Amino acid sequence: MTELRSAPHERLGLSVESIMLNVVLALLPIALFSIWLYGLSALVLLLTSVIVCLATERLFNHLSGQSSTLGDWSAMITGILLALVLPPSFPLWMTAVAAVAAMGLGKILFGGLGMNVFNPALVGRAFVQAAFPSAIATWVPSYAPNRFHEFIPTTLTPPLMIPPDITAWTKAVSADAFTGATPLAMWKFQHQLTAPEDLILGIATASVGETSAMLILVCGLYLALRGMLDWRIPVGMMGSAIALAYAFHLYNPDFFPPPFFVLLSGGLMLGALFMATDMATSPVTPLAVWVYAILIGLVTVLIRYFGGLSEGVMYAILFGNALAPLLDRSLPTRVFGRRKARKVAS
Amino acid sequence: MKPGEHPLTAFENFMEGIWKQNPVFVMVLGMCPTLAVTVSAINALGMGVATTFVLVFSCLLVSAIRNWVPKEVRIATYIVIIASFVTVVDYAIQALSLDLYEALGAFIQLIVVNCIILGRAEAHASKHPPLTAVVNALGMGIGFTIGLFALGSVREIFGAGSLFGIALFGPSFQPWIVMLLPPGGFFVLGAWLLLFAGWKQRKEAKDGA
Amino acid sequence: MSEPSPKSAVEITAGWRLMAALGGVALLCGVLIVAAFQSTLEPIAKNRRIALERSIFSLIPDGVTLHIYAVSTQGLILLRSDQSMPKGAQRVYAVYDAHRQLRGLVAEAGAVGYADVVRVLYAYDPQRQAIVGFAVGAHRETPGIGDKIRTDAAFQKNFVALEARLDVSGQSLAHPIRTVKHGSKRQPWEIDAISGATITSRAVGRGINDSVSVLLPRLRPHLDKLESPP
Repeated sequence: MTELRSAPHERLGLSVESIMLNVVLALLPIALFSIWLYGLSALVLLLTSVIVCLATERLFNHLSGQSSTLGDWSAMITGILLALVLPPSFPLWMTAVAAVAAMGLGKILFGGLGMNVFNPALVGRAFVQAAFPSAIATWVPSYAPNRFHEFIPTTLTPPLMIPPDITAWTKAVSADAFTGATPLAMWKFQHQLTAPEDLILGIATASVGETSAMLILVCGLYLALRGMLDWRIPVGMMGSAIALAYAFHLYNPDFFPPPFFVLLSGGLMLGALFMATDMATSPVTPLAVWVYAILIGLVTVLIRYFGGLSEGVMYAILFGNALAPLLDRSLPTRVFGRRKARKVAS
Repeated sequence: MKPGEHPLTAFENFMEGIWKQNPVFVMVLGMCPTLAVTVSAINALGMGVATTFVLVFSCLLVSAIRNWVPKEVRIATYIVIIASFVTVVDYAIQALSLDLYEALGAFIQLIVVNCIILGRAEAHASKHPPLTAVVNALGMGIGFTIGLFALGSVREIFGAGSLFGIALFGPSFQPWIVMLLPPGGFFVLGAWLLLFAGWKQRKEAKDGA
Repeated sequence: MSEPSPKSAVEITAGWRLMAALGGVALLCGVLIVAAFQSTLEPIAKNRRIALERSIFSLIPDGVTLHIYAVSTQGLILLRSDQSMPKGAQRVYAVYDAHRQLRGLVAEAGAVGYADVVRVLYAYDPQRQAIVGFAVGAHRETPGIGDKIRTDAAFQKNFVALEARLDVSGQSLAHPIRTVKHGSKRQPWEIDAISGATITSRAVGRGINDSVSVLLPRLRPHLDKLESPP
């Protein structure tokens, strides 16, 4: 399989499989840390997501008469990423729905790996966000005392049924006043800022894998240093988000949060390093990559500040994905001495 | 029909809209009501029956006057005829059930611009005698109703856990909200089209072998 | 087997033929529409009346009869079934029980919610000076979220006795009706929002407040007229 990417891949002798495997390895510490934070529920959530993603891919391979494509690790990555962006209390049957939507709707219908327009994990997340809006906005505290012995009550909801109310359970397991809102929602609807150290260390309420900004950054750096991740995308995305947040903060410091909060809260870090960088759904030419990354960062901040939702990374990246082919086409690399030939090639 | 083909029997003529030329699954016509009103099985049936009524009577009238209407003004007359029958249906539904009328909303009036009806009037009824035209229109209408029902029932089952308002999974069913929203219409339509295309491909492969 | 066109493209149809064809079709269709209109007029009016009475009597269970009044700055006018609403007036349904006692007034309200205008019907009890019933009419709020205003039992409880008292001047509400965040209702004139459907809940509160604060000052001088049916 030939990967049409910039030259370093060729020089390093990388294949799709080895890159994908390294992404899986880079995601493992994040997944393990979330299991430490949320216990059994996070573990089975990850397992369900990965198994259903692999099974869906295999099933469609079978239906379309292809040989198995499980060996390229990409379905595994989608499974892990999907679990990382879901709330820890998400019922397993809904996780399975999200995984089927991610693989079926987000990837296979487009023709499989490399053909998909949108990041499959985010397609799955967007689908369940629209289908089960209340379940996906139910948050639980981390470090629950019994997390390695018992499930969060909603995890084992019978298929097709409404998850039980866990307000009482949440009160019982959380030490201090747990509000059941993410840091972004707290800022947006109650105007309270979460302490930066909570965000960095992963104490704050969040999706399974959006917890420790520091850990995500380290894992992303590993990939970037090995040349398996386009460093321009996280830099452009975080840079533009910080710049816009800083401008708003200067304009009205009482209302708009400081830039560190925008950077560390929610899914910005995970999105910038592991979602927006998906090779199949991001642009190729350097200029297009910059525009793509900066656009996602700006849209994220705009949705967070002015949209109806408290978090905007998912829709911002999907929006960027949709624009990626257009960006590539309108911002091509000029090949030295062959200005006209470009048209023929495309 | 194209010249050179043998004439259809009455049964083939009737089945054309239900199967070979199904307005929803094959011609993909009239998507506005197809996607908008199919949030429940009963809405889908109501819309289908209303459209069938307009389709049959418009085609009957268009066919009956086809030799008197000069071609320069034919589209204008078709539109007037279709709009009249839509108005009749509009009043009739209000008289029968206000609940259904409110559920279908503006989409009753929008039958006027449903491309199936003008399409059949122009492509079929204006070239065939009344009986043939009515049989064909009836088949088309039934095919359209089947298409709407296929969408409406799936969307109601997932979106509300019921069919014709009868709960299927008990009170603690978790509705899939997305199925009731416009994207759900696209998803379900896409799934049906996929199913039909796959089925057709398999059948052709079998016929070829 | 498309028949060959009887006229070739060069031939031009005479103007009067075009007019006659269009006129004939128009005449035919006109007759059709008028016939349909005339024959469905009565059942439609009956359906409308039944639907309206059903929703109004569901708000005031003791109600047996209702009369429609047009309330404007000029005062009260009793509307007969064939009269249309005067301009700038607000429609109020006065509901009476079997003993010809006024059981409540029902009016319509509306405000922009999440998707479009949310229309509600509310019942006002002049004796208790409170809103005592509430029903949701046409709306396009998100299914499963915004449409909880119709099903959420806790939200419906807000309207068992929602205070709507005029101040001493009689020109405005003593306490405007307002929607507060879920779980923070402290006063009888506050509406406890549905958590997750705050925008729709607020629209309901705003719509009722706007309607009540116009209607009550206009109604106040004429309340005695409404005590018994005309």
